Amino acid sequence: MSTTIVPTTANPTSAVLDHSTAPNGVKLPVYMDNHATTPLDPRVLDEMLPYFREKFGNAASRNHPFGWAAEEGVEQARERIAKLIGATAKEIIFTSGATESNNLAIKGVAEMYREKGNHIITQVIEHKAVLDTCKRLEKQGYRVTYLPVSKDGLIDLEELKRAIDDKTILVSIMSANNEIGVVQPIAEIGKICHERGVLFHTDGVQAVGKIPIDVNKMNIDLMSITAHKIYGPKGVGALYVRRKNPRVQVSALIDGGGHERGMRSGTLNVPGIVGLGKACEICMNDMAAEAAYTSSLRDRLKDKIMGSLDECYINGSVEHRLPGNLNISFAYVEGESLLMGINDIAVSSGSACTSATLEPSYVLKGLGAGDDLAHSSIRFGIGRFNTEAEVDYVANKLIDVVLRLRELSPLYEMAKEGIDLKTVKWAGEGAH
Amino acid sequence: MAYSDKVLDHYSHPRNVGAMDKNSNDVGTGLVGAPECGDVMKLQIKVNPETNVIEDAKFKTFGCGSAIASSSLATEWVKGKTIAEALEIKNTEIVKELALPPVKIHCSVLAEDAIKAAINDYKTKSATKVEAVASHQ
Repeated sequence: MSTTIVPTTANPTSAVLDHSTAPNGVKLPVYMDNHATTPLDPRVLDEMLPYFREKFGNAASRNHPFGWAAEEGVEQARERIAKLIGATAKEIIFTSGATESNNLAIKGVAEMYREKGNHIITQVIEHKAVLDTCKRLEKQGYRVTYLPVSKDGLIDLEELKRAIDDKTILVSIMSANNEIGVVQPIAEIGKICHERGVLFHTDGVQAVGKIPIDVNKMNIDLMSITAHKIYGPKGVGALYVRRKNPRVQVSALIDGGGHERGMRSGTLNVPGIVGLGKACEICMNDMAAEAAYTSSLRDRLKDKIMGSLDECYINGSVEHRLPGNLNISFAYVEGESLLMGINDIAVSSGSACTSATLEPSYVLKGLGAGDDLAHSSIRFGIGRFNTEAEVDYVANKLIDVVLRLRELSPLYEMAKEGIDLKTVKWAGEGAH
Repeated sequence: MAYSDKVLDHYSHPRNVGAMDKNSNDVGTGLVGAPECGDVMKLQIKVNPETNVIEDAKFKTFGCGSAIASSSLATEWVKGKTIAEALEIKNTEIVKELALPPVKIHCSVLAEDAIKAAINDYKTKSATKVEAVASHQ
């Protein structure tokens, strides 16, 4: 393994927060929420800094060296991103991030191909940037099919085939899910779409840079990418738009100076783009070793937890999963109280109490997990900068807190008495 | 979300955690909330039948830190009160004591409900007992 992957002393978070140190040398708080965002890799920052200073030019300034320097940085980034996904540089359109990329792909295709049809297919556990975009299009007269997923979190390819009709213009299925890390059968979906003459967009935010993605081998026509999930900066992303077989066009959402082949106007975020490019290059070079490293840490965490606690359930397929993702429901324990007990560890929960909408995770509900298990879920996102000592610290602390909260849980007590919680008539049922 | 020091204190050191024999005539048990809502509270009181004073209280709660704190506080407050006095405890007092934010007010409502449910259970039991005694005479 490359030594650059485990820079325990160069952890970029170490200088940012007020840290304390656990007895085993682990710096607290531990960051293990790498699906939310990742720390900026110092190598990425180094590459970006000149573009804030001497290379500050506008990449669209064609007649002086400042513009040329900026443009050169942008074009190098375009090449690096394209290389990571098997595309050509001209197929990369820069955006402000994956939410914009998803909007541009879906709304842009919907408007551009309106004559051809008005039907879009997606699935129930997509990111809100896809689901809410589709909902808006429904209000504008488009028809959207939301495919269900199995309890493993995977769509049924036969169901996808049946859903495609002569009005279908686009299928949008994420490569990997942000909560459960489940990786969809992208190549198979791409093949089906290609055969049926339907465009295929994938939200590649969690997958790109973590697992091999090749837009040609997988018949991907459009793909959303963001920098901040792959140790790049926030506020910059890209949309891959296929240029041949078929040539895909999207209507612009933002009009202006005609940047990015007219698909996305606006002065380019040059330092951000340079950072995205460098982040992609590092991912490309280190992908196999990094995946082996993060999946070994993930498995260590999983084995420690599952070996010490009963009634823990892994949400989503274990086999078809991102290397660094672990999502577990701890039965009889509520997620927010669990997070409170491990407050020196940064992770996420599917509990309603931790969400802005006060609803439990729709992704876990989509798997048929039941609201009670959704409330009890914790998502661990293990990344490049996590260490084995951190994993051990997290596992031990979590096990202690779950045991403590179960002692406090009337549900655990009832279950141990042999009461089937599903048959209990709850006083507050339907009232929340 | 930032928690108040009092919520943190009750979460870290919950008072009166445990269970009492729910079949005992002196014990009233309230079970409120539902797992799919993310909150279930079980609050138990042990009442002196002569004085109607709540001599002991225990709780167990499945829920967020504010739910745990609300029910922990409720057990502290009911202890030593008569059941009539305990029925006067309002959720707004719990909100104030724990400095609960608006999104956590339902936790205090649930704690008030749990007190009322426990007292109800005790009253139902003692009423049956009185009836049983009466029918024997």
